[in-house]
Amino acid sequence: MPISIKDLPKEKYVLPGNAACPGCPENMGLRFVGMALGSKAILVVPAGCTAVIQGLAPGSGLNFPILNVPFASSDSVAAGLSSAKKVLGEDATVVVWAGDGGTADIGFATLSGAAERNDDIIHICVDNEAYMNTGIQRSSQTPLGAWTTTTLSGKKERKKDVPLIMLMHRIPYVATASVAYPTDFIEKLRKASTIKGFKYIHLHAPCPVGWRFDPALTASIARLAVETGMWILFDAEGGKVTISPPSKPFIDKSRRKPIREYLSIQGRFRNLTDEILKELEKQVDENWSLLLKLST
Amino acid sequence: MALKTLTGNYAIATAVKLARVKVISAYPITPQTTIVEKLSEMIELGELEADMIRVESEHSALAAVYGAASGGVRSFTATSSHGLLYMHEMLWWVAGARIPIVMAVVSRTIGPPWNIWTDHSDVMDHRDTGWLITFVENNQEALDETIKLFRITEDKRVYLPGIVALDAFILSHTTEPVDVPDQSLVDAFLPPREQPYVFRAGNPLVLGNIPRDLKWNMRMREDVHKAMERAKKVIEEADHLWEKIVGRRHGGLTECYRCEDAKHFMIGVGAWVGDMKEAVDYLRDRFGLRVGLIKVRYFRPFPSEDIIKWLNNAASAVVFDRSISPSVGGPVFIEVLASLASAGVRTPVRGVIAGLAGVDVTHEDLANVMLTSISEVEELGAFKQNVLWFYGGE
Repeated sequence: MPISIKDLPKEKYVLPGNAACPGCPENMGLRFVGMALGSKAILVVPAGCTAVIQGLAPGSGLNFPILNVPFASSDSVAAGLSSAKKVLGEDATVVVWAGDGGTADIGFATLSGAAERNDDIIHICVDNEAYMNTGIQRSSQTPLGAWTTTTLSGKKERKKDVPLIMLMHRIPYVATASVAYPTDFIEKLRKASTIKGFKYIHLHAPCPVGWRFDPALTASIARLAVETGMWILFDAEGGKVTISPPSKPFIDKSRRKPIREYLSIQGRFRNLTDEILKELEKQVDENWSLLLKLST
Repeated sequence: MALKTLTGNYAIATAVKLARVKVISAYPITPQTTIVEKLSEMIELGELEADMIRVESEHSALAAVYGAASGGVRSFTATSSHGLLYMHEMLWWVAGARIPIVMAVVSRTIGPPWNIWTDHSDVMDHRDTGWLITFVENNQEALDETIKLFRITEDKRVYLPGIVALDAFILSHTTEPVDVPDQSLVDAFLPPREQPYVFRAGNPLVLGNIPRDLKWNMRMREDVHKAMERAKKVIEEADHLWEKIVGRRHGGLTECYRCEDAKHFMIGVGAWVGDMKEAVDYLRDRFGLRVGLIKVRYFRPFPSEDIIKWLNNAASAVVFDRSISPSVGGPVFIEVLASLASAGVRTPVRGVIAGLAGVDVTHEDLANVMLTSISEVEELGAFKQNVLWFYGGE
């Protein structure tokens, strides 16, 4: 059922005065997690920006129960916690909130293990496409051509397609989401919370500091990623892929905005060559074509 | 009570069942594997009502039991050697979070080369993590100490995790008669789980975010240190209570064997303490030497007071270590020296490095090292060499 912003709970889960940078997409995402899951959520958070955003102990800028945990452990900690809640008969939704490193790189074996076991948790990958907390180093989620502090002349490799890898784990629910489409993300979270087993949601999260753009533009850039077709919103329940409403118009290639519109306002693509641009366009087409094959 | 023939690993699994553990997670590694196999079987047969999380690595095994224990249930894991090393950062995290968990470590050589035989280096590598560490001598002690460790770690004066260490194959795969207590006795001994906090939905408790005050962070470490000190009394109490309920005791932090009139002491941890007892008997009966043995049952907390008490007026002590801190000596040797120095006791102490990488050491070997050491110290009043590498007899 479509969600109206008006009907969302007013309870605040992201408190004023936390340590996030201006325009931080993680703060936005956490707010939506609170709106979607409310007091049912227990968060497991590995190293990453959210470890800092919480603010300084013994205080907390987030109104969730949070276990901060070592990098490569989050899905296993969540699996154990979820098991304990089941044993005790307590109602809780255990959510891993991890960055692209904690998900796709250092955390990947743990993620894959929990997914294969179908542990009853939701994993949210908040993907800002580099290791931002340590100061903008490349990750497997950094797109081709993007500048980072460890790829000064632009990344040479393409972005690893984690949502599809998770789809191939045959888990009950996989979705992509974007901070620019809160109701879509909240709907997906609510759907995930009703499904037993392992749920994976990959949240696209443009980072003003790391991507080199004006902090006022976080939502606009996230929206452009969808409108150019560079980020495709879909979900897959029981392996059945459905393109989500915000991305539906862009199944038609002619309706997609040119990816240059998305790239040119980001400092990290300042030195982009025509050759890389063409390659990125080709990758967008390939991604769409593969996903549409899976959705029929 | 029922006398059963159990391997060390099955004794551990039986203890875990008797402790009514609710969540188990482990990754197989030789020679720990039969613990997790036995527990899986118990769960499938309905003998044990617990959730088994069959993880993809040891790092995840300790992470999963940490999650479960933080969520409020009694949890257990087991590993060996490289598995324990792979868990390393999680050991620090669990101890720092003050979450009681019991882990069995079947101590095994660290590579390279690949080697599955006994060696205490894996356990000793974790001495500073804040985990209680007990080494057992036989399978009965493996069962008893595992159950006791749940009570000790869940005592509010302690609230630290604990390792029960047993030697690869010498205990893990060797069958011995083990007296298995009735469930009702274990229930009388082991109260329902207590822990400092439980993660629940709706209660915005946060663990582990960045500290505002570094001194407060430093105080957390001091608290672990103090809890470890307090654990000494809790361990002794648990040992007496176990004796009262089950009728058996192994000693608290240490067991002293034929120490009453001893002049020269052997000191060790783990399964080969059994061989040391035979060596003591042999040296006393054959040579009339007044030799005693200090079995260090708990390496953490370290029983400095006991060591000082026994060695205060001793003529010499020889510490046998199955691991080495390169350029210094064996970990038990180092702790014994530090304990004596802190009390101004000047008893000559020799550290013998032996049995590393599973090299076999017999009670005759141990007795021979003692004979040489005793004659040396009686002649010179000191040891020529403080650290001696001993490779065993021909």
